[in-house]
Amino acid sequence: MAEIKEDEEDARPPRISRDSSNKEKNSGRCVYINEGDRYPDLYCNNRVSNTKYNLWNFLPKNLWEQFGRFMNKYFLLIAILQLWPLITPVNPASTWGPLLLIFSVSACKEAWDDYNRYKLDKQANERMVWVVKKGVKTRIQAQDIHVGDIVWLREKDEVPCDMILLGSSDPQGVCYIETSTIDGETDLKTRVVPSPCIGLNSELLHKIKGIIECGYPDRDIRRFDANLRLFPPFIDTDYFPITVNNTLLQSCFIRNTEWACGVAVYTGNETKLGMSRGLPSPKLTAVDAMIDKLTGAIFVFQVVVVIILGFAGNAWKSTEADKLWYVHYPKAAPWYEFIVIPLRFELLCSIMIPISIKVSLDLAKSMYAKFIDWDLHMYDEKTDTPAVATNTAISEDLGQIEYILTDKTGTLTENLMVFKKCCIKGSCYGDSTRDAVKDPALLRALNENDPEVLKFLTVMAVCNTVVPSRSPNGSISYKAQSQDEEALVSAASHLRVVLLNKAANCVEVSVLGAVLEFDILDVLEFTSDRKKMSVIVRERQTGELKLLTKGADEAIFSSVHNDQQVRRVAEIVDQYSQMGLRTLCLAWRDIREEEYHDWSRKFKEASSSIVDREWKIAEVCVLMERNLELLGATAIEDKLQDGVAETIESLRDAGINFWMLTGDKQLTAAQIALSCNFVLPEPQGQLLYVQGATQSDVGASLERVLRTMQISSTEHKYQDVAFVIDGLALEFALKYYRQLFAELASLCRTAICCRVTPSQKAQLVHLVKSWEFRTLAIGDGGNDVRMIQEAHVGVGISGREGLQAARAADYSLAKFRFLKRLILVHGRYSYNRSAFLSQYSIYKSLVLCFIQIFFSFVSGISGTSLFNSFSLMAYNVLYTSVPVMASVLDKDIDEKTVLQHPQILKYCQAGRLLNPSTFAGWFGRALFHGAVVFLITMHVYVNEKSEMEEVSLVALSGCIWLQAFVVALETSSFTTIQHIAIGGNLVAFYIFNLVASTVKWGGMYTIMFRICSQRAYWLTMLLIVGAGIGPIAALKFFRFFYRPSLINILQYRERRARVTEANATSSSNAASATSSGSTSSSQRAAQDEESSSVYQPLLLSTKDRTKRQ
Amino acid sequence: MSNDAASSSAGASAKPSRKPKYSKFTQQELPACKPLLTPGWVIAILMLVGAIFIPIGAIALLASNSVVEIVEQYETSCLPANITTKEARIRYIQDDTTEKSCPMTLTVPKKMNNPVYVYYQLDHYYQNHRRYVKSRSDKQLLDGASTSNSDLDSCKPLKQFNNTPIIPCGLIAWSLFNDTYLFSRQNSAPIPVNKRGISWKSDRDHKFGSTVFPSNFPNNLNRNESSSAFIGGAALNVSQPLSEAEDLIVWMRSAALPTFRKLWGKIETDLQAGEIISVNITNVYNTYEFGGKKKLVLSTASWLGGKNNFLGIAYLTVGVLCIFLAIVFFLIHYKTPRPLGDTSYLSWNRKGNVNGLS
Repeated sequence: MAEIKEDEEDARPPRISRDSSNKEKNSGRCVYINEGDRYPDLYCNNRVSNTKYNLWNFLPKNLWEQFGRFMNKYFLLIAILQLWPLITPVNPASTWGPLLLIFSVSACKEAWDDYNRYKLDKQANERMVWVVKKGVKTRIQAQDIHVGDIVWLREKDEVPCDMILLGSSDPQGVCYIETSTIDGETDLKTRVVPSPCIGLNSELLHKIKGIIECGYPDRDIRRFDANLRLFPPFIDTDYFPITVNNTLLQSCFIRNTEWACGVAVYTGNETKLGMSRGLPSPKLTAVDAMIDKLTGAIFVFQVVVVIILGFAGNAWKSTEADKLWYVHYPKAAPWYEFIVIPLRFELLCSIMIPISIKVSLDLAKSMYAKFIDWDLHMYDEKTDTPAVATNTAISEDLGQIEYILTDKTGTLTENLMVFKKCCIKGSCYGDSTRDAVKDPALLRALNENDPEVLKFLTVMAVCNTVVPSRSPNGSISYKAQSQDEEALVSAASHLRVVLLNKAANCVEVSVLGAVLEFDILDVLEFTSDRKKMSVIVRERQTGELKLLTKGADEAIFSSVHNDQQVRRVAEIVDQYSQMGLRTLCLAWRDIREEEYHDWSRKFKEASSSIVDREWKIAEVCVLMERNLELLGATAIEDKLQDGVAETIESLRDAGINFWMLTGDKQLTAAQIALSCNFVLPEPQGQLLYVQGATQSDVGASLERVLRTMQISSTEHKYQDVAFVIDGLALEFALKYYRQLFAELASLCRTAICCRVTPSQKAQLVHLVKSWEFRTLAIGDGGNDVRMIQEAHVGVGISGREGLQAARAADYSLAKFRFLKRLILVHGRYSYNRSAFLSQYSIYKSLVLCFIQIFFSFVSGISGTSLFNSFSLMAYNVLYTSVPVMASVLDKDIDEKTVLQHPQILKYCQAGRLLNPSTFAGWFGRALFHGAVVFLITMHVYVNEKSEMEEVSLVALSGCIWLQAFVVALETSSFTTIQHIAIGGNLVAFYIFNLVASTVKWGGMYTIMFRICSQRAYWLTMLLIVGAGIGPIAALKFFRFFYRPSLINILQYRERRARVTEANATSSSNAASATSSGSTSSSQRAAQDEESSSVYQPLLLSTKDRTKRQ
Repeated sequence: MSNDAASSSAGASAKPSRKPKYSKFTQQELPACKPLLTPGWVIAILMLVGAIFIPIGAIALLASNSVVEIVEQYETSCLPANITTKEARIRYIQDDTTEKSCPMTLTVPKKMNNPVYVYYQLDHYYQNHRRYVKSRSDKQLLDGASTSNSDLDSCKPLKQFNNTPIIPCGLIAWSLFNDTYLFSRQNSAPIPVNKRGISWKSDRDHKFGSTVFPSNFPNNLNRNESSSAFIGGAALNVSQPLSEAEDLIVWMRSAALPTFRKLWGKIETDLQAGEIISVNITNVYNTYEFGGKKKLVLSTASWLGGKNNFLGIAYLTVGVLCIFLAIVFFLIHYKTPRPLGDTSYLSWNRKGNVNGLS
């Protein structure tokens, strides 16, 4: 051992120098195996830290973050100004109290979350692991692992850092891991020991020395580009390429493997998981953006008011106030005197933007999210999956969705693949009644040992990444990351070509009972760019080298040698596609030994490159995948999920445009689009294809399609046009014809993009977003993650492709059909409720503020506050916040009605309930109510009754009464909770003030008792309510009757339905006939419609929506 | 970071179902009443509101009219005829040496049942001015000299005089109204005015200390002793505790409007219709500097308080408007009946384009 060490000492210096020069160029780090202590400070230790704060920086950092927002800065400024007694109209506590409360609540929440993270980290950091240090196995805490240490793990252990596998209990060097914590996929994955290390026993593994070159830490969990070289006396091979298949990533679990060991390469927060950590930037909903805009407008208004009143106040002071000897203005004013009155008004008006709006909205939003989580209608029994709102802040956006971009496989379909048909050497098997596996013709061919059929099935069984696992009773089950592959392998096994066993480099296949063994020499992996995968195998018995390939038709056809064959298969593939089946083509070829040798070297070179590895490999693969012999094609059916067509139809009625983004081929995609109701079948609908392989072709095609579309839209030839574009054409379109493409997209309600890559999906989402549309992306697999994160709202289907999409998404659903309810019911209600809540919150503060402003005109524009500090604080926090929170239960129309008439969603999409003009209405209402309360109070409480405290409380109670009625007027459905909230709040107001009136030292002592005993007080309240609510109610009802909105109409229909229901149960239908004579004409008209009213489609879109197949 | 994932990947059979619990609240299925008014209802409600408001208005008007009120403005008429300019008036009012009594006669228009309230009314007097309204120390009024210095800060600019705290401090107390009135019948029999019980009992008992006596009060000084600028309004009786200084207590309840009345006393005998009452006013309070008006008011009270037609008129107006609206609604409804839920939405449908936002 000592000798070995010395050897290395000699060998190392030149290496280091080479490495350091390399480092400057590209590669990241060199890890010396088993020498973790050599450079302890070069890399961080394995201390994981997910915490945002520590004990010292918590307060400043948290405050800094909280004050990063405009509203908080504003509140702080106001609170600080209030500390100046000269200008503050009220006790500073009235602002500081709520402000501190809000800040400390969110700080506590942050602190608690952080503490929990800290605890988890601590648990992970202090976990004991076996590590080889200086050739001795010791047990240390996970946080003390250094880069280069060899870590030993047992079954069920969690991997403490990113490591490269060096050994495992399996003689073939296979190790199974579960990666669900990283990508959510629960199936076991295989990892293999790099071939130079295979077969090393544990004793040798203690002494192993070597070097690993790998890149800088990054976050890509699907890539790991590194090279390994062992030092003598171990097999001193050349650099051996390491891929992600040789790694154990942090927080995976070892399964079905007794032990495994590996060398730590990335530790602590530099692991793949650590690097990909970090919160995504929070999404801002359209409603939030609008509220921000309105708040900004209010702020401007406030500044204007302050400037005007400040000027007026200063003017009044210099002309009038100096004469008021009892005010005793000093002769000499300090220099800042001119600013005192404006600042006073600033403080007086500061309640225009209430602190409570943020709190109420946050509270309401978390309520919406809870309703989504709780909804039993979105719970899938079969998979025991409820809907989950991961992002609690964006429910309103669901109601304003204009574009849905959806993945196809697994999202619209079940992702349950069934091998339906195949075509082998020109003869087709499988028809509409029978799957290919049961086709007697195929079985006969099989019995006759048809070599073509056997070849075909062998490719099906071998060319894949499926892992067979044998259960104790001998049956074989297959685990695959791709459902297609699983379907192919199972189908092959049904046809007695059974994949028996798969070890690291060897596959056992039983062909009609005879076991064949193949050595797998290379796997040319599937990438979305290549669209095919191949394996190079050597048959053990014969020693023949073969390339087995499967892939998308165009990818295969381009590398097939015989064109004649291609034409026939292409025809069949088209047929299959038209049936909506997923097709794959299979091919193979024999390889000569020397050809393989040449190629193998290039491949190894490409595989061990650290930069651009994927691209380099793809180049080399092309050299091998040529001159193929086309074997045939397979067709796999992926059934549509339940209710997909219906859901899409409803959502399209709701004015939502659909884009389907899929990796499938054009015809399949078009077929699915038809059966999903994305587009009406001919003759009403038409699909226009944008095609072309070159820039000019695509341009011409785009223009042609655009022209057709313009013509058809002016002539109303088709009701429904959609365009279909494939990945290649899309790339050109996005690069060179953006304008044209945008125009095209704006004319179509539906687009079908096929053969698109994950990054193109995200690009498309980004594109639609850039046209200022609210987008929702829905998908189920890892390839949809980018698009889900890009969209305004991301929805993940927690399906068979793992939970990766569901995890990245804002909402996760079990089935596509729940999307309808999520958008139409939850999205719409959330939007409506937030629209009311936000505008009302500003309105109620404005009312109080207007009263203060009016009062300043009778108090010498001196900035006196009519209300005392306690009332001002309690108004927003206590008196008015409870009833409005009950509006999170309000439903303007029934869920059932919404689902029947999805068109109603257009209201939300267009933002009709929250926009500058609706807000202007609320603003006017605030002005009106402020004036009503002020004028009535000041005219009733005149002369001997004009006492500040009394007047103040009268005006305040006038506001409270008005608020109760306003909330009631704007509520459509009263549940018990609303009754309690509105009525109880009023009672609570009186109880509160009566209690406050018993406090002897308080300013309000006895006031409430006094005014409550005055008859004039109660008459004032009644008058304020009458004068304040009357005109608004009259206007509202006038609109209701004579300019009804769609919502109003539906409300009446609902009501009529309820009445009819009640009639039907209570009396015979004759009652309606007799009553019609006496009732008003409207009711008569209503009854005429009655028979057909409720279930008739409301928007008589003449589209004749019939079920299609 | 990892424990939730670990739990979700654990066997489904081992853990309880993730099915949400059913309750009417969580499913948003709470029974709700959805009041939706038909035109008939709205018309009925409007009529009803009108039917309630109009009688109330009538009753309020009647109550207001039952109040007998005598208002006498005197700040100009009480000046000697030769004083016309503002400066002269100010000089006159600030001169302690001139006799300022001012005899006047009032005629009782209708019988005034006792108690007849005697108010003084000030116009254009901003008791609600920010500087003024805050210039007091409630603590000192209750605790007197033991109040800490910092509690008196609110009294600025009249916190201290000659470096000793003023009791009661602040602008309000300092500017106490000090005109006085002496009533007598024509036969020169004096009409007694009860000055007790004119303030709020709660103020006397709990807000103004019975052991707090005025001290160092600038108004008590002779004008010659101090600079005249420091003399505000009334002097206070230093031997009378604040809780008994009812004029001060009344005055210190600041008015919310620049025109206000404050109770000065109660006449506890009936005044007959046509009776002529002579009043001797001591006109010493300075309103000339800011052009304020002073009025003497004798008034009875109804169940609604003093004379104020506003409530009655406002109720009548709202009531009449409601009836009017009801009729308008009825007429519109009768002439052009619109079936609710008709097809007018089609236009909306046409407008609803993809780009939506209006």
